[in-house]
Amino acid sequence: MNDSEDYLIGENMTGGYGGPDIIHECTIGARRGEITVIVGPNGSGKSTAMRAILGMLEMREGSVRLNGEDITGLKPQERVARGMSLVPQTGNVFTSMTVEENLEMGAFIREDDIADTMGQVFDLFPVLKEKRRQLAGELSGGQRQQVAVGRALMTRPKVLMLDEPTAGVSPIVMTELFERILYIAGDGIAVMMVEQNARQALAIADRGYVLVQGRNRYTDTGPALMMNTEIRRAFLGG
Amino acid sequence: MDGFLSALILLSNFVIVPSMAYGSQLAIGALAVTLIYAILRFSDFAQGDTMAFGAMATILLTWVLQYWDVSISPLPTALLALPFGVLCTIVLCLLIDRWVYRFYRRVKAKPEVLMIVSVGVMFVYNSVVRFIIGPGDRWFVDGERFIITAPAFKRLSGLDEGVAFKTTQGLTILTAVIVVAALFWFLNRSRTGKSMRAYSDNEDLALLSGIDPERVVRTTWMIAATLATIAGVLYGLDKSFKPFTYFNLLLPIFAAAIVGGLGNPLGAIAGGFTIAFSEVALTYAYRKFLAYLTPGEWAPQGLVQLLSTDYKFAVSFVILVLVLLLRPTGIFGRRSP
Amino acid sequence: MNPAARKRENIRTICMFAAMFAALTVVGVIQSWPLALAILNLCLISAVMSLGVNIQWGYAGLVNFGILGFAALGGVTAVLVSVAPVPAAWKAGGAGVIIALSVALTTILTAVFAARRAPAGLPRRLILACVILGGYFLARAFFFPAVEAIEAVDPTKAGFLGGLGLPILLSWIAGGLFAAVVAWVIGKIALGLRADYLAIATLGISEIIIAVLKNEDWLARGVKNVSGLPRPVPYEVDLQQALWFQDWAARLGASPVELSSLFVKLCYAGLFAIVLFVLLWLSERALHSPWGRMMRAIRDNELAASAMGKDVTRRHLQVFVLGSAVVGVAGAMLTTLDGQFTPASYQPLRFTFIIWVMAIVGGSGNNRGAVLGGFVIWFFWVEAEPIGLWVMDLLTSGLSQDSPLRRHLMESAAHMRLMIMGVILLLVLRFSPRGLIPER
Repeated sequence: MNDSEDYLIGENMTGGYGGPDIIHECTIGARRGEITVIVGPNGSGKSTAMRAILGMLEMREGSVRLNGEDITGLKPQERVARGMSLVPQTGNVFTSMTVEENLEMGAFIREDDIADTMGQVFDLFPVLKEKRRQLAGELSGGQRQQVAVGRALMTRPKVLMLDEPTAGVSPIVMTELFERILYIAGDGIAVMMVEQNARQALAIADRGYVLVQGRNRYTDTGPALMMNTEIRRAFLGG
Repeated sequence: MDGFLSALILLSNFVIVPSMAYGSQLAIGALAVTLIYAILRFSDFAQGDTMAFGAMATILLTWVLQYWDVSISPLPTALLALPFGVLCTIVLCLLIDRWVYRFYRRVKAKPEVLMIVSVGVMFVYNSVVRFIIGPGDRWFVDGERFIITAPAFKRLSGLDEGVAFKTTQGLTILTAVIVVAALFWFLNRSRTGKSMRAYSDNEDLALLSGIDPERVVRTTWMIAATLATIAGVLYGLDKSFKPFTYFNLLLPIFAAAIVGGLGNPLGAIAGGFTIAFSEVALTYAYRKFLAYLTPGEWAPQGLVQLLSTDYKFAVSFVILVLVLLLRPTGIFGRRSP
Repeated sequence: MNPAARKRENIRTICMFAAMFAALTVVGVIQSWPLALAILNLCLISAVMSLGVNIQWGYAGLVNFGILGFAALGGVTAVLVSVAPVPAAWKAGGAGVIIALSVALTTILTAVFAARRAPAGLPRRLILACVILGGYFLARAFFFPAVEAIEAVDPTKAGFLGGLGLPILLSWIAGGLFAAVVAWVIGKIALGLRADYLAIATLGISEIIIAVLKNEDWLARGVKNVSGLPRPVPYEVDLQQALWFQDWAARLGASPVELSSLFVKLCYAGLFAIVLFVLLWLSERALHSPWGRMMRAIRDNELAASAMGKDVTRRHLQVFVLGSAVVGVAGAMLTTLDGQFTPASYQPLRFTFIIWVMAIVGGSGNNRGAVLGGFVIWFFWVEAEPIGLWVMDLLTSGLSQDSPLRRHLMESAAHMRLMIMGVILLLVLRFSPRGLIPER
């Protein structure tokens, strides 16, 4: 696998939130039109690694490159402006605002007409169009997750980062959400996602990273990782 | 029937209209407090003195205008000077934010610390106001005093009681309606207003959406300064301007904001009127009012006053305490304490 | 903390207190000794109040903006303990007031009981409304005639129920206890809510306390004030006539009049210093006990502490009551020193917020710092005016004597006080948030 092909890559990242290092020489990349999944046991630094790529923690070593350009020194907002978009695990919608306003806020940095993009989001998640005047805080967990992803798509990102998008939603909703994510990737967006439901996530992954204690343990295509007996035993429950 | 109408007029003159005007002043002040709380996440104790500063700046220009014989009679000249006062207060608030508050945002200080910092700012504003204009009472109202006077009304209607409606009262209520409408339009319709709500709702997500927190904060200070100045000037026109009374206004304003649920603009307005009506209604002496309604021999002996006027502002705190006990998030609150 | 660092800190503390006393000596030499001692006495009282704020804010992070109210409670206790009872007033309306107050108390208790026990919904509201309205009118019926009768008794001198006629020193303890009881009630209401609510609620409740003290003339004469409180120390006149004192003055070569004034002030200073040292010693013991460590643990991470099973609200209530009691003691001391109780003089800017500046400047969480803060800030509060005048004089020296600008500036110099306080507070919070003597 050739790293230079990666649209976005965080290389040899070491750092933490001001205290001890949480990730060590961690390398994670994503390509356009592909889905990258980061899995690993609890506390293995999966989310931290993704947040590091977005510039949300103090990195002592390593670099982040977007489309060949070094963005290590940029603030999160500047990275958002360059086409990176994150859906956090919790608190990922503006609960006191309507669905439509949530999407509008997602497009805050854009100066052009956002009606088209909003239409695309509504096409992707039809239920949101129905409920667009409703407060996001009043929606069900699965619908909220759709608002969250929709909000992140409003900037027309080139990279979409999802932090455990299926945490706390039912299996049916999860399957549906993964379907949508596949569709998003099919549009040429680089999707990077941290997942607790490793088996289902790896099934749709073009590439998977297994992190253990903040370090890369395995890196391969999703199906290949799922075939690996060691991984199956350790992380996928047999 | 005449007795009933007279009683109603009496109630309107001494309870309804004054508390509408006072409620409007409190509501605008409480809106400023609640906005600062929603965005900057602390209770700003300098609010009363910000109002005093804004009123002072307006008064100074009013005096200059009066000296030059510029007038918009029958309206008070202060209205002409108001934009200048607003501008001065905005500049002051932005400078103080830049020099004082910004640092604490960067270090993510606890709200308690910011609250104590605002006490320091209160001291500074307080002394600046007293230094420039002095601690005494200042009058700056001019123009027509009444929209309708009691004798004129009596002549027209032939009733025993006349409706008296002061210009400043009418002006206060009208201004409050305009200000509140404008603010709600701004918060619910404009992009900047929505970004403020988004920031107040979820700071981290607002950052991820590319909303610039410093811009949100600046906008908040500008709106809060505008509201504070308007509230301060209206109060000064209606009563009189004295720096110390503005410090005392802090208490009912906080009560209004909390009663409505800190951080909730709609609640701030409801809270303002709740506090104002309770203060006025509980301390009004109903003797004359009841005398109009009852046959002569049943007319009450005493003042029929529920609370002595000295406890006027204590009313707001009794309500505050009751709300804290029964519904800590305020009658319109949605945030948990 | 290692011994060397502790030693350095102790030296630092001693140096600062030495500098403080040197400043007081300078005032004594340049201005006058009675003034220096007057400042010292208020410094001591301020230090006690500042200690009270430190117990609440420094130990537990509680924001109490009701210092004023607790100080006033201590003050009124001094009156109620020391003044002789007014039998005529008791006869006129004592029973009525007691009945009215018991009715009010019963009403509140019944209402609380009803609110908890009565079936929810409409019945509860009806019962509550009946209890409260009924109680209100019943209490009124007893209260107003009684109060009127009391206030009619010798209105120029008495017009109130008077006190217990006990030694005023007792009120220092009683004042603390009274403040503690009131703090318990307030704490029950406002603690456990968000921090800002406590600050605003205490500010409001303290204003209510002042309003009550100003208007309820039957209690302590309201704004008519109670003056001529008995003293715990000798009177100047008596001293001047005492042979031993005249003898003493002659030996020191001072006039008995001047010396008696100094002597009385020194007596007060001695009493205040004893209280301050006792409270400081107790506070230090408390802070370094397991209880104090737990308090600070709760302050630094409330969530973790409550997850560990600590009853945070209960602990906060304890510390709130203790801190308020200390302020109450200081309030009683202040009224004792003044020899009169004047409710109208209790202003939030003068009391509450200045005391807060003291605690913050001295060093949040450090008792000795709070005491030092009390000294330093009170000193500047008093001396700010002469300094302000001097600065203004200097600044406007180019203007002619009768220039209106100069006159305005000179007249406004008094307002520099608040400016100086505000700027000191902001500078300390910004550049030295741990204060003059930081927490260990």
